[in-house]
Formats: sequence, C-alpha cells, structure tokens
Amino acid sequence: MAMLEVRDLHVAFPKGKKTEVEALRGVDLTLEKGERLGVVGESGAGKSMLAFAILNLIAEPGRVSRGSVTFHGENLLDLSERDIRGIRGNRISMIFQDPMVTLNPVLTIGTQMMETLRAHRRISDAEARKLCIEGLKQVAIPSAESRMEAYPHELSGGLRQRVVIAIALLTDPELIIADEPTTALDVTIQAEIMALILKLCRENDVALILITHDLGVVAEVTEKLMIMYAGKCVETGPTRQIIDAPTHPYTSGLLKALPQNAGRGTRLYQIPGSMPPITALPTGCAYHPRCERATERCKAEIPQLDGRVACFHPLNTAEEVQ
Amino acid sequence: MISLKGFIKRFLSDPVAIGAGIVLLVLVLMALFAPLIAPQNPYDLMQLDIMDSELPPSWQPGGDERFWLGTDAQGRGVLSTIMYGTGISLLIGIGAVVVQGVLGVSLGLIAGYKGGWVDSFLMRLADIQLSLSTLMMAIIALALFQAAFDANVYADYAIIMLILVIGIAEWPKFARTVRSSVLGEKKKEYVDAARVIGLPARKIMWGHILPNTLTPVLVISTLQVAEAIMIEASLSFLGLGMPVDRPSLGSLIRSGFEFIFSGSWWITFYPAIVLVALILALNLLGDWLRDVLNPKLRRGDD
Amino acid sequence: MHIIAFLIRRAIQAVIVMFVISIIGFSIQDNLGDPLRELVGQSVSEQEREALRDNLGLNDPFFVQYTRFLGNALQGDLGTSYFFKRPALSVILDKFPATFELVLGAVFIFVSLSIPAGIYCAINRESWLARIIMTGSIVGISVPVFLTAIAMVWLFGVELGWLPAFGRGDTYELPWGWDTGFLTWDGITHLILPSVTLSSIMLPLFIRLIRAEMMEAMGTDYVRFARAKGLPTRRVRYVHAFRNTLLPVVTVGGLMIGTLIAYTILTETVFQWPGMGFLFLEAVNRVDTPLIIAYIIIVGLIFVVVNTIVDFVYTLINPMVKLPGAKG
Repeated sequence: MAMLEVRDLHVAFPKGKKTEVEALRGVDLTLEKGERLGVVGESGAGKSMLAFAILNLIAEPGRVSRGSVTFHGENLLDLSERDIRGIRGNRISMIFQDPMVTLNPVLTIGTQMMETLRAHRRISDAEARKLCIEGLKQVAIPSAESRMEAYPHELSGGLRQRVVIAIALLTDPELIIADEPTTALDVTIQAEIMALILKLCRENDVALILITHDLGVVAEVTEKLMIMYAGKCVETGPTRQIIDAPTHPYTSGLLKALPQNAGRGTRLYQIPGSMPPITALPTGCAYHPRCERATERCKAEIPQLDGRVACFHPLNTAEEVQ
Repeated sequence: MISLKGFIKRFLSDPVAIGAGIVLLVLVLMALFAPLIAPQNPYDLMQLDIMDSELPPSWQPGGDERFWLGTDAQGRGVLSTIMYGTGISLLIGIGAVVVQGVLGVSLGLIAGYKGGWVDSFLMRLADIQLSLSTLMMAIIALALFQAAFDANVYADYAIIMLILVIGIAEWPKFARTVRSSVLGEKKKEYVDAARVIGLPARKIMWGHILPNTLTPVLVISTLQVAEAIMIEASLSFLGLGMPVDRPSLGSLIRSGFEFIFSGSWWITFYPAIVLVALILALNLLGDWLRDVLNPKLRRGDD
Repeated sequence: MHIIAFLIRRAIQAVIVMFVISIIGFSIQDNLGDPLRELVGQSVSEQEREALRDNLGLNDPFFVQYTRFLGNALQGDLGTSYFFKRPALSVILDKFPATFELVLGAVFIFVSLSIPAGIYCAINRESWLARIIMTGSIVGISVPVFLTAIAMVWLFGVELGWLPAFGRGDTYELPWGWDTGFLTWDGITHLILPSVTLSSIMLPLFIRLIRAEMMEAMGTDYVRFARAKGLPTRRVRYVHAFRNTLLPVVTVGGLMIGTLIAYTILTETVFQWPGMGFLFLEAVNRVDTPLIIAYIIIVGLIFVVVNTIVDFVYTLINPMVKLPGAKG
C-alpha cells in the first residue's frame, strides 16, 4: 500500500445561506515513501487547498465535503482532533509560502522550535534545545546557538525560511508539504532554498509534495507531477514524461509560457484569458473558454481523468503523433 | 461600494436596521414637531402650576389625565419635557458633529494631501487630543466657563458652548479617517491626471478627493452623533450642560435623580429610556452602515 | 524603534502636555481666582486693594507671574482652598486613595471579564452565548455611565437593599497615611456598586476590541502554522494568538485613561464617593479656584504617568521595540 493516498477529495465553502461552492472538485493522488510530487497550477487552482485538506486544516467556514486522505492505511479525515495533532508537524510537516508571516512575531525562534518538539516528544528542555540547535545547523544557519534567542524580525527572509524548514524537519517526518516555499523570497536566494529542501529530503528519505506555479522548479526537483486547474487535476504522471510531451492543452500552454522555452527575440507566449473564479465556473471542461482545441462536447461534458489526462482532445497521444 | 438599490435592499432585509431606523425616525419627528404635538409647553411658566408637581403617570393612582407620563417637581409634564428635551439633545449632538466634521475633514484633507511637517504636526495633535478624552476636556472647559460667568449668561450660551466644546474636542476622529482615505486616493491615477492637467492643489482636494472620502465620513458621523449626545447628557447630568429651565435629556435625568428615592421614579425613568433608545438606535445604525459600506472600518480606530 | 528615541519622544510629549496644563491652570488663577477675596473682606477700599495687589505681585507682567506660578507649583504649592482653608494640593491628595481604589476595583472587574469574554466570542463566533454577549455589548456602549449608576443605586441600594449605595464605608488608615477601604468588609461592600458601574462602560469596549483582535490573530498564517506543527489547541490560542492581541489592547487601554478618569467624576457623583472627582464638582459649584487648578494639574500628572507606564509595558511585550545593546 502506498504511504499516502488521496481519493476524490472535495473542499466546499458556503456561498450565501444555503449554497456551497467547491474549491476542490475531486482530486486523487498517490505518494510512495521518499517520493517527490510537484503540484502545479495558477493561483486559485486549489493547490494550497489540497495541502491544507491533507492535514484537515481547512480554515472555517470551508470544509472537506467528500473524499479520503489515507496515510499508512488510516483516513486522516476520520481522526479526532487529538489524534491528527499527533500527525501534524510530526509525521507530516508543512512549509508555508511567506516566512515573514509564518513565524509568530512575539515568540523567539527557540520557543517556536522547542514547542514543536515538545508537542510530539517526551524530552527534557536541555535535550530539546540541543536538537533545535542541531536542526538550525542542518539548514546552515550561522551562529545557531544565539539565533535561538532571536525574534523573527531580527532575521532576513531567507534565514526565516531556513528556520521554517528546520522546524519542519525537527521531528523526522515522512512527508513534507511545501506550499510555494520560495515564491515570497528574494530571487537571488530562491534556488539556494530549493536546493536545500531537495538535499534534506534526499538525505533523510523524506517524501515531498511541492506546490508551485513554476514548472521549471518542478522539473529539477520532483519525480511525479500533477497539473491543477480550477479545483481539478487535469494531467498527472512522471515529471519527465509530462514536460517532454504534455498531453493536456493547459499543460502545453504552461510549458510554452516558460521563458526558457521562448525563442530568442520572440514574444513570450501567454495563455489567453484567465482562470475563472470557483464561484463562476463554466459548464463542461473548466478550461474550454481558453482552449484552442475546444469543441461543443467540451462545453457540455466534464472530462474525467483517464489515468494521465482529463481532456477530450489531448495532444501528443499515439493517434496525434501519427 | 454599493448601489442605492442594493443599499435599500440590505436595509429592508435586516430587522435590526429597520427597528433602529424606526426608533430614530419616531424620536426625530417627535422632537421636530414638539411645539405642535406636546401636551404642554414646558418653557411657558404661565402654564405651570406647583400643585401639579410630582404627579405619577396617568394610569397610576393619583395620576392626572393631562400628564400621561406624570410630572416633575416643578409641575411640568414629563412627556412634554421629553419631547422638547430630545430636540435639544439632538440639536447639540448634530451641531457638534457638524463642527467636528467641518474641522476634521478640512484638517484631514490638508494633512493627507500636504504630508510633511503639516501632517506630522496635525496627527501628533490629534493623538494627544484623542488620548486626553473628550469628556474630560469638556468637563474642564465647561467647569471653567461656568465658574467664570454668572448663571444667566451661562444659560444663554450653554447650547453654543456645548456644541463648540464637543465639536472641537472630537475632530481627530474625522481627520484621521479622512487622512487615511486621502493617502489611499492620492496614489490613484485620477489625482495624478488632475495634477498633470494643472489643477491647483485646492481644486484637487475638494473636487476630486473629498467625494471619495464621504463613505467613511457618513459612518463616523452616525456613531459620533451618538457619542456627542452621550457626552452632552453626561455634562448636563453633572450640572455642567443645559440648565434646568431649558433641559436636555441629561438635565431632565439630573433633576429627577433626587426624587427617585422618594418614589417619583418616572421623572428619571422616561427620559432615561428615551436617551438610551436614541443612542442605541444611532449606534446600531452606525454599525450597520459600517458593515454595509466599508467592512474594514472599525470603531474608534482606523 | 529604538528605546531611547522612544523615551525622548515620550518625555517631550509629557512636557508639552504638562506645559499646556500649567498654562491653563495659570490662566484660571489669573482670571478667576481673586486672591484678595480670601485675604480681605468687602470693606477694604479700592486704593488699599490696589496697594495689596502691587504687594502680592498681581500687577507684574504675565511672564513674571507665570514663572512664579510655575515655581510654586513645582514646589507643590498650588494655593489654598477657599472652602477648606488648607493647601489645595493636600486637600486633593487626601481624596486620591478613594478614587484610586475605585479605579483599581473597576480595572480588576473589566480586565478579568473582558479577556475571557472577548476570547470566547472570537472562538465561538456563532454560539448563542457569543451572540448575547455581542448584542449586550452594543447595548452596554449605549447606556451612559451615570444611568448605570442610577440603576444600580435604585435596584441594589434602594429596592433590594443588598448593598450600600453611598459613600465609602469604614476605611482603615495605613501607616503612610493612605486610607484604604480594601481591608474592612464594610469598605469592600461599599466598593462593589461603584466599581461595577465604572467597569460597565469599559467592559463592552474591551470585549469588542479583544474579540476583533483575537479573530484577526486566529486568521493569521503564524496561527495556521502553529496548528500545522501539531501544537495543542490551548497553546495555539493562548500563546500564539492571544499574545498578539495584547499589543493593540494595551495601546487602546492607554488611550482610555482620560476617559476612565472622566467617568470617575460621574460615578463618584452618583454614589457620593468621597474621591477627587466628587471633590472637583463641589469645587466647581463653590468656585473654589485653587482646588479646581489643583485637580486639573493632578489629573494631568496622572495622565502623563499612566501613559508613560503603558508605553513602557508596550515596549516590554513587543519584541519589535528593542533595548539598546540587545543582539540582533
């Protein structure tokens, strides 16, 4: 059995008094031990929603309305608040997007690290402190001992994200969910932080779900890939395969829009239009208004994922190539 | 922002807003038409008869049909004094807010638009004034005013003094809000555009920025009228506000207070109910307006 | 912000406030107070009065007179009360313990109630109890403090007769001359109604403020991250979220000091509480100018001192304000 299996996951938010809208409309994913998965899509596609739903951390008034999240054979969504707390930050850790607002401004780095350890391990203060300093050294923070007493605002953005990574790794988790871990950082240190995450995952044999809108990053870090659009997975498979031969028109559009794929002197490609908000989804395939391959069928019917792609007119398939 | 139609629809679907609106409307109409509908004119000394003093409400034993809510110690009908008193409370409340608004909006516009030392000076002053507390400043100012002049002079100018004191003390609330709106608006293109075509600063401020700051000003005005009425009532209760022969709701409560213990509860009770209803209706409407027009605006701070 | 810059700004503000208050105090004395009234009777001729004025320096230029006033004030001499025939400052200070204990009682009540109520309403936003508290708070804001006081006196003092409604009751004099009502049962029962009244006006404001700030904190990323770390709910709420609501609450609390002092005047008047506010109103009615001036200056001083303390507490709980020499 796989380590993590997400089946038909739906997340709904109330709209008005009686109706609900779905931010996540049936998502499946499977992750083995030590495997790295990239989740890619534009903002609002439901990527972060997926991350929070896995740990049953959807903020009120939203809720997981259907589906299951099975971790080592146990449905996390069925666990009591107390039991799932034993998983959060312990066996599954998260790294948030913006380190400026992830750490509590009125607590020291040391407090915020030690409380994590003490929530999950029965150890003395001295031991916890020792482990935290080791953790800080592991993410290459200089003068780790003195940083324990520092407050978040005394550190740079890059250092803060290193602290967040150190917190995520403190409890030797089996899985880390990183929600756009480099987006909020200075461009010059983005690659450095990404490399650090990849290195630590490899060394500790930790599985990774990397949520990003950057296909370029995913190609370097992950083995599997999942493309999301308007709350659904539209294409999934091995990273290399998808990047070399995308089958969904949306994936193909995203790849064409990458700067490195544009020819010298040509204008950067842009997918026409923008993603609809979840409150105003079109009928049929949510992508059809922007899709150059769309037909009448796409407007009427919602395509289902056939193992690789959810599209009635995919590209690069056997027939297409012939 | 919200359209007028949507605004009316929201209003009609909210029972609290409707209730507060009706209470306010009834009280305002009652005050406006007091000279026409009040059973007696409490200012007319000829109508008063000391034999009528401290009569209980008409349905109680010893009550008199002429005085539905009873009479006070001077034989004035409580219902009539409430009608006139509500008018005085509203007049001072609204007058004070007009003064606050004119001062606050102008100074806020200037601070926000000019920036620099003008801005820091005005905002520093606003900070200090806000922390000194309006009620405290008003108590001291009126205590001095009362100590300086004799009772007759004081009685003549009490309304104007109250309006000015409460008005001047509370300008910072408007100024801060207008200033922050101006800072927001200043960044927008139309102000740049106006500047590029060479409109003078004053024209840009009054013609372009001011209309866009009206929403928060409306919300604050409603809450500030409630606050001003409350402050006026407190001052009058302390004997620093309206004199007993031209009573506001606060001075009515003051004059009735000493009779509570002899059993004449109605002299205090009815003005108190009207005062609370008036302030509550204004507060509820102000809160409702704020939620509808601008959910970000919070009470007391911006 | 650097703490020294902060303290300097604070000190400048305090000096400005005290300067304005001293000018007000002086102009009151200059225009209202007639020192001759207490020195001589009506029978003294105009020439003798004029000579006396010269002697007393009352015809000196404004600046000279103000400097003299300031010099005396700094030495604690604010004139002699016309009514009590005693130094105004000591008359006022005798009443200080009564007002202080009233405020202390009120602060104790509204702090110990508003924090749990505000947190509860933020966490259980939709529960019926939270709705009742929030509705009650807007009603509470709309009832003037003197009406609450009258209602308390009437209901608990007169109709039910459960609690004393007037005065301070028995007090006990502490060795340093402080009259306390805290040490006698009678004193404590007398304190209940006035301090409940005084807290009733602050309570709804603080409940609303704490609720709003707590709700904001509960929605922040760091609280979400704290939950994602698997921390116990109590730690997430009371350490991560509540700590961050303290900063704005302390700031607003500091801003409310002036209002609180103003409300003591109203409360003391209704309950005939022998404090500074009650004394002040009596002084106004008797046109006892030195006493009025002394009250204004003492209140100004209290205001400045309390605000400085509040700001200092703020720097202590806000790590963004650093002490010089701290590492970072």
